[in-house]
Amino acid sequence: MSTAAFDPTAPLTPSGNLRRRRAVSRVAEYGATGAALFAVAVLGAVIYTVLSRGAGALSFDFLFSGTPTGIGPAILGTVMIVVAATVIAMPLGVLVALFVTEFAGERVTAASRLTLDLLNGLPSIIIGLFVFALLVEFKTQSGFACSVGLAIIMLPLVARGTQEVLLLVPGNLREAADALGVSRWRAVLTVILPSAMGGILTATVLAVARAAGETAPPLLLSSVFSGKEAIFNFFGEAVPNIPVTIFTLSEEGSPDGFTRAWGASLVLISFILFASLGARAMHARSLRKMSS
Amino acid sequence: MSAATGSRWLRRAPGRARPGERRKRFDRIADGALFGICALAALLSAAVIVAIGYQVIHGAAPAISKFGLSFIYETTWQPNFGVFGAGSLLFGTLVSSLVALAIGAPIAISIGLYLSLLAPAGVRGVIGPLVEMLAAIPSVILGFWGILILAPFVQGTLEPWLHDTFGFIPIFGAPETTGASIFTASLILTIMVVPIVASISRDLFLAVPREVQDGASALGATRWEVVRGVVLPSTASGVVAASLLGLGRALGEAIAVTQVIGAGAAINASLFKTGDTLASRIASQFPGAITQLHIASLYYLGVILLVIGLISNLAAQWIGRRFDYRRLAR
Repeated sequence: MSTAAFDPTAPLTPSGNLRRRRAVSRVAEYGATGAALFAVAVLGAVIYTVLSRGAGALSFDFLFSGTPTGIGPAILGTVMIVVAATVIAMPLGVLVALFVTEFAGERVTAASRLTLDLLNGLPSIIIGLFVFALLVEFKTQSGFACSVGLAIIMLPLVARGTQEVLLLVPGNLREAADALGVSRWRAVLTVILPSAMGGILTATVLAVARAAGETAPPLLLSSVFSGKEAIFNFFGEAVPNIPVTIFTLSEEGSPDGFTRAWGASLVLISFILFASLGARAMHARSLRKMSS
Repeated sequence: MSAATGSRWLRRAPGRARPGERRKRFDRIADGALFGICALAALLSAAVIVAIGYQVIHGAAPAISKFGLSFIYETTWQPNFGVFGAGSLLFGTLVSSLVALAIGAPIAISIGLYLSLLAPAGVRGVIGPLVEMLAAIPSVILGFWGILILAPFVQGTLEPWLHDTFGFIPIFGAPETTGASIFTASLILTIMVVPIVASISRDLFLAVPREVQDGASALGATRWEVVRGVVLPSTASGVVAASLLGLGRALGEAIAVTQVIGAGAAINASLFKTGDTLASRIASQFPGAITQLHIASLYYLGVILLVIGLISNLAAQWIGRRFDYRRLAR
């Protein structure tokens, strides 16, 4: 699109630069395709390394027994921490989304959106510092503190996801409920939330996948382990977890530790990839259901 | 599912044709309660942000009163002597993130263009999710991969080549003996920034009205000229906002950077030297910090990080709002 002055009297002959413009366009196309392939290649390289190096470490013993041979307690601990974080974050996130879509006016909606965006953009290490000052300083590290930190990370993800799907709930469902004289809370609990359930679960699973891999909060909040086997005092002591296990092993620098770290990475990454793939499939299904 | 809900409702309807007085009152209370709970949750989420700001500043108070604002540019960091300064960390943070953005943004925008304009529908459905999956890899695993796979490659191949070819520019200095360097950290950050910027810019490009692009093509523009003349100008501020969001992500990344940056103390012109960032210094020293001043100084780093992060996020919001792409679609 040249911006040269248009001369209607100019003869309509192909100027010599058409070939050049075509070539530039072709190069740009190849560049864009190459960039996409490059990103996929990097993903492939990371996953291939984790698979090929981690597969050797996997064994029944590795998955279920305690340190030093296995990561059983870390798996159990991560599950506990993430479940507790979900229990905190999911209801809160859904309520925030309900507030924004069902009750708030335009300005409150904008303010709430900004809040969630800022919360989402906070570095996780800052959240770790915050919860440390709130729950750990002058006390002890605990799995619960770690759950609170992860819940703060999950909250905006759940709230935004829920908000989007609540906006997709067909307007005529709401109108039908109003026309029948149904009060607001009944409409929300029996019509709106059930039809948005698929989307809410999708958002929650995605948030879980994100939280499970977060390392900065657990590193500050739940990283000094007593070395006990599997009975944790969830509120009073640090609970072993996979991200911190990988981090410490990777900093130690022993080949044997590296192997175990790859194994732990494989466990973590397969959980996360399956969770996000599952969430994606669920999302597609609930979209289809809602549009039909 | 929606139909089923509807019919269940119809069956119940006769029962509630004449709702009792008690029920009405109960409904009113329950409505109020639902509103109250929801409003409380929304308030709580806002309160969390305020509380985070307060707690981090409160934790930093001893260091703030001891060092004042000179903490921000002083470069000495010696926990054993109780002397702390964030200068070199601030430098490392900005350099590593900006380099990551300089490499990542063009790649990410190209990916966005490919996914929105070039790729056939089937390929789009595969590559799009794969690129987003890159964002799902936990940073600790990316950092671990960075130490063992990327760093040796960078140190053995990439850095010597760059040094030999562009060595006359001071930022491409001689490689270190280990692969840990600001450059390696930037590459890891690039991997984190790309999926964020790519998915936002893809959505932006998809919202550019079809007719305008077709109009440009009809005037004889090549595909690149359509992108250059129509797509990019009409989405420019959105793309800038997306890049700022990516920058915010890179600034705040702690774990992966700690693993690959090598915890250097000095400010070097060369990207191939070790360095450190605000977030990574917190992650590497906080668990072992004992003295009150040391902890407070780490909190002070948090304050600086919080301020930079908020600025980049708010700037992204502000620029993004000036350009609302839904306006274009209408």
